[in-house]
Amino acid sequence: MSAFLALLKRDLMLSVRQGGALGTALGFYMLVVTLLPLGLGQDLNLLSRIAPGILWIALLLAALLSLGRVFSSDHEDGTLDVLATGRMPLEMVVGAKALAHWISTGIPLALTAPVLGLMLNLDIAVYPLLMATMLVGTPAVSFIGAVGAALTLRSYRGGLLIALLVLPLYVPTLIFGMAAVNGLLGVSGTSAAMLILAALSLTSVVLCPFAAAAALRVQMQ
Amino acid sequence: MQTLTQRLANPTRFMELSGSVLPWIAGAAAVVIAYGLYLAFYVAPPDYQQGETARIMYIHVPCAWLAMAVYAMVAMSAFGFLVFRHPLADVSAKTAVPLGAAFTFLALVTGSLWGRPTWGTYWVWDARLTSVLILFFLYLGLMALRSSIEDDSLASKLTAILALVGIVMLPIIKFSVDFGNTLHQPASVLRVGGPTIDTAMLTPLLVMALGFTLMFVAMHFKAMRNEILRRRVRALQLAQVEKAQASQLAAAE
Repeated sequence: MSAFLALLKRDLMLSVRQGGALGTALGFYMLVVTLLPLGLGQDLNLLSRIAPGILWIALLLAALLSLGRVFSSDHEDGTLDVLATGRMPLEMVVGAKALAHWISTGIPLALTAPVLGLMLNLDIAVYPLLMATMLVGTPAVSFIGAVGAALTLRSYRGGLLIALLVLPLYVPTLIFGMAAVNGLLGVSGTSAAMLILAALSLTSVVLCPFAAAAALRVQMQ
Repeated sequence: MQTLTQRLANPTRFMELSGSVLPWIAGAAAVVIAYGLYLAFYVAPPDYQQGETARIMYIHVPCAWLAMAVYAMVAMSAFGFLVFRHPLADVSAKTAVPLGAAFTFLALVTGSLWGRPTWGTYWVWDARLTSVLILFFLYLGLMALRSSIEDDSLASKLTAILALVGIVMLPIIKFSVDFGNTLHQPASVLRVGGPTIDTAMLTPLLVMALGFTLMFVAMHFKAMRNEILRRRVRALQLAQVEKAQASQLAAAE
């Protein structure tokens, strides 16, 4: 467990100190949200209606953008090989790295959403719910993304390919995230959608490390 | 004592057997599809609401069935490859993916053409359409991942892992998109309480489904044979290059 925490701490420190990874993701997030009203027209009623969807999709894209570096830099300098030969199971290594990605990318993106929501004329009453769905849903984004990052570790065109592999798998997270925000099913439906979203996140936290570790093992033989 | 699967899994045995069976399966597919088309166009009655346009069902539904069945087959092959490390399972998974993608694409296109006269639009963001579209993207992802990795055996293993991830995710994706309402009619053939579709339409449909399945099996066998031959040619080429290098070295000394 101490190895797990040490790895988590190391990855978090790297994400803070090693060249603005978080800044890039946040900047991308804001830019997507800025471009959409320019493309869709400045009708504030329309924007406030579709704001949760814009914010969720921009969040998925921004998180996707930062997935590439979950394993690649450690793979290049050999750290991943050291970790793989260490005593900690590779599944736990993947878990620590995905968790670090969630803390360093998922949470900041979710916390930035209200600021961008102001720009989209989103009703302030919706903010707590929107942030809650994002905080509950982003672990699934990070852990499913880790599988994609592990699979594309040694491919050319890694960045584009990861999008093609991972975005279809984000569909359930997006749908239930939106269902919870929009309250499609009334007040009780919101909590149901929230629970399903939590279930998605917890399931991917449990299952995805196995798939990602299998993919990493195959590539390090 | 080998089991039947073990004997069939030998590539040489597979080449012999598939070579002798293939013409029969292909012929059977042609005959069954021809008979099915005859039934669909001349025997089956037009739908009382949709008229003649409903006949596109006899192409659309078998394609949609195969789109899903082929993915299941890809996943089973991937499982077989990862667990038993058998190269033939990989050949099967690799060659089934483009075929599955083609059937998925046909299901989407025929469905879209059918949707225009009956629903009044080519595309709606309905649950079934969306999940089939995502299935299509999963197929594309499998092809893209395989082609993006130079090392063939590594590409096979990674694609197999992705195929298994996909088969776990598919029911969840299906469940999540079913969350919304659907325009598409619910399952009307394979359902509890028997089919709701009339026999006059069910028979041609089943004949076409059988014909399309035979066609898939024939094409899959052919593609597997091609892939095995391609790998053999490659192995022979590599062996020749090595031999030439060895003789050059010997001459230099």
